[in-house]
Amino acid sequence: MWEYTDKVMEHFRNPRNVGVIEDADAVGEVGSLSCGDALRLMLKLGPDGRIADAKFQTFGCASAIASSSALTELIKGKTLEEAAQVTNQDIADYLGGLPEQKMHCSVMGRDALLAAIENFKKGGAPVPRKDSRLVCACMGVTEKVIERAIRENRLKTVEEVTHYTKAGGGCGGCIPDIEAILKRVTAEMERAGATVPKNLTVFEKIQKIQETLDREIRPALRQDGGDIELLDIDGDRVIVSLRGTCSQCRLSTVTLKDVVQAKLREFVSPTLSVIEDGNRPVEEA
Amino acid sequence: MNEKPVIYLDNNATTRVAPEVRDAILPFFTDLYGNPSSIHSFGGQVKRHVDQARQELAALLGAQPDEVVFTAGGSESDNQAIRGVLEALGGKKRHLVTSRVEHPAVRSLGQHLSKIGYRVTEIGVDHDGALDMEELSAAIGDDTALVSIMWANNETGVLFPIEEIGALCRRRGVLFHTDAVQAVGKVPIDLSRLPVDLLSLSGHKLHAPKGIGALFIRRGTPVSPLIIGGHQERGRRAGTENVPGIVGLGVAARLARQNLAQEVRELSALRDRLEQGLLRGCRGARVNGKNRLPNTLNISFEYIEGESILLHLDEIGVAASSGSACTSGSLEPSHVLRAMGVPFTAAHGSIRFSLSRYNTRQEIDFVIEHMPRIVDKLRELSPFVPENNRQRQWQGSVGNPACAPGCGRCSSDH
Repeated sequence: MWEYTDKVMEHFRNPRNVGVIEDADAVGEVGSLSCGDALRLMLKLGPDGRIADAKFQTFGCASAIASSSALTELIKGKTLEEAAQVTNQDIADYLGGLPEQKMHCSVMGRDALLAAIENFKKGGAPVPRKDSRLVCACMGVTEKVIERAIRENRLKTVEEVTHYTKAGGGCGGCIPDIEAILKRVTAEMERAGATVPKNLTVFEKIQKIQETLDREIRPALRQDGGDIELLDIDGDRVIVSLRGTCSQCRLSTVTLKDVVQAKLREFVSPTLSVIEDGNRPVEEA
Repeated sequence: MNEKPVIYLDNNATTRVAPEVRDAILPFFTDLYGNPSSIHSFGGQVKRHVDQARQELAALLGAQPDEVVFTAGGSESDNQAIRGVLEALGGKKRHLVTSRVEHPAVRSLGQHLSKIGYRVTEIGVDHDGALDMEELSAAIGDDTALVSIMWANNETGVLFPIEEIGALCRRRGVLFHTDAVQAVGKVPIDLSRLPVDLLSLSGHKLHAPKGIGALFIRRGTPVSPLIIGGHQERGRRAGTENVPGIVGLGVAARLARQNLAQEVRELSALRDRLEQGLLRGCRGARVNGKNRLPNTLNISFEYIEGESILLHLDEIGVAASSGSACTSGSLEPSHVLRAMGVPFTAAHGSIRFSLSRYNTRQEIDFVIEHMPRIVDKLRELSPFVPENNRQRQWQGSVGNPACAPGCGRCSSDH
């Protein structure tokens, strides 16, 4: 028996936005009967360019239905550009998490959303789902889908790729291929300095910031009898509090900017800015 | 503990321990706890109960008591039978013939053996689940050590022609093992007249506890022990006897023998009632398998997915199981349904109801009453249901995943 969260079960029992939009502006379809799950997402845009209505039809298990329901709730009211930023992790987070082996349900939601946006850009013309080379013939998964899942979720093993995309979950013949893709994409991400992924979840961001504080920053501050505490993060703004000798130091702004912010930008994300508790933004050099 | 009353229709997974069995077992934990191998009479008296249980089980099977070896369950019995025979033949014969629809205890073992130097042939089945006897006959060769074919399928309940298979094996001079875990206690079995050399069974499928099973080994059959150690079970299975389990299995065997004819009649009637009720009440329903155990109904609901059905059933207190991919943790639907060529439209939406002597007509009627609502609710959600799909053709599939070359996933699905 799967350990589904109450939120998953609630959306499974009472899915939001089930149905068909007859005059949809964008339609995205992913999956197939043979694979065991499939999702059709339909979007209607308002005069302001925002998603006025989103409806879905889903064939699949409880987590597939709940993920589809969550997706429609997440994107309503957003522009297509904003909606494109919604990740599979956002869908899983909205539901309070999904079992690891069911993460592919959230990825299916993300893929349907991207397919719908593509469909809109093409003026409603059908989007060829074979967007790149077919890697897993059993589950119908292309290289592009695998690559995106690896990048966005920083997947490390073939098993994770299977959990997130289903690729490799059939006859297993494509597993060497998936290994090669993993190796290539991981190397590319490292070269691009992208041990720093684009779409960190809040939790992952906090974790990475804490790690960087512990490893790169605290030892230096403690040598001078100071310390630092992470208080909060708000989008890309990292709110910290300097402790010990640092809190009285006239050079604390310099410390924050030159040491803390620089290290966090290097190891976590180049878009971060560090703010000391009391809303004193760090001046840009 | 779950206090919610449950309508338990998953008896091919496991069964409730019969109250008579429970009562018989209890003294063996705190009063009659001696070791049957001991010299003292405190242990010796326990041995008499073990012997009696062996006689009860032999009587149910039409076997001699010394042909019954107690094990820890069906999987151990299957492993003991197959590995024991291969070892006893000294590696001289290295071919095993089995079927594509076996329980994992046999099928995964076959896959393992094929990696360590044995040759394994899996015989196919037709759309009704019936074994291809011609293919079986053709597969047996000079190198064949053993044929292992199940008596009844755990997922569909389909019965195989054990007498015919056994006769074929005898003619060809090959040993025959059958995994009868699902058959014992549900259909009459008389090994005194059937050409079967080895037969596996499991206690918890016939109202005995989990952790006890048995292997029938016909006198004179070459079998090496799997578990080596003490002299228990006449040297064929070492380890101090699971006395409470053995006593329980003995009582369960007696109950099964005494009530078999009546239970078969009653279970068939209830199962048929469920089957007819669901076929009448639910759209897009089809039964998987013909010539089945009296207690099993495997039914598919087209275009909807099994896990979703099961969770809705769970909400109303009904326990069943599914051959859908999502329930197994794998991504593939049941190997049994795929071997039968059940189309994907139906394989993912298959539900297995398996009944026992404890089910009532009221319970069956409750399921018949509620199932149409569940099916309708899920079909409303499905993009594949033809009436939901008038607007447009499905374009979401990449290539034709059902027909990937070389993977064998759908070899009989055309």
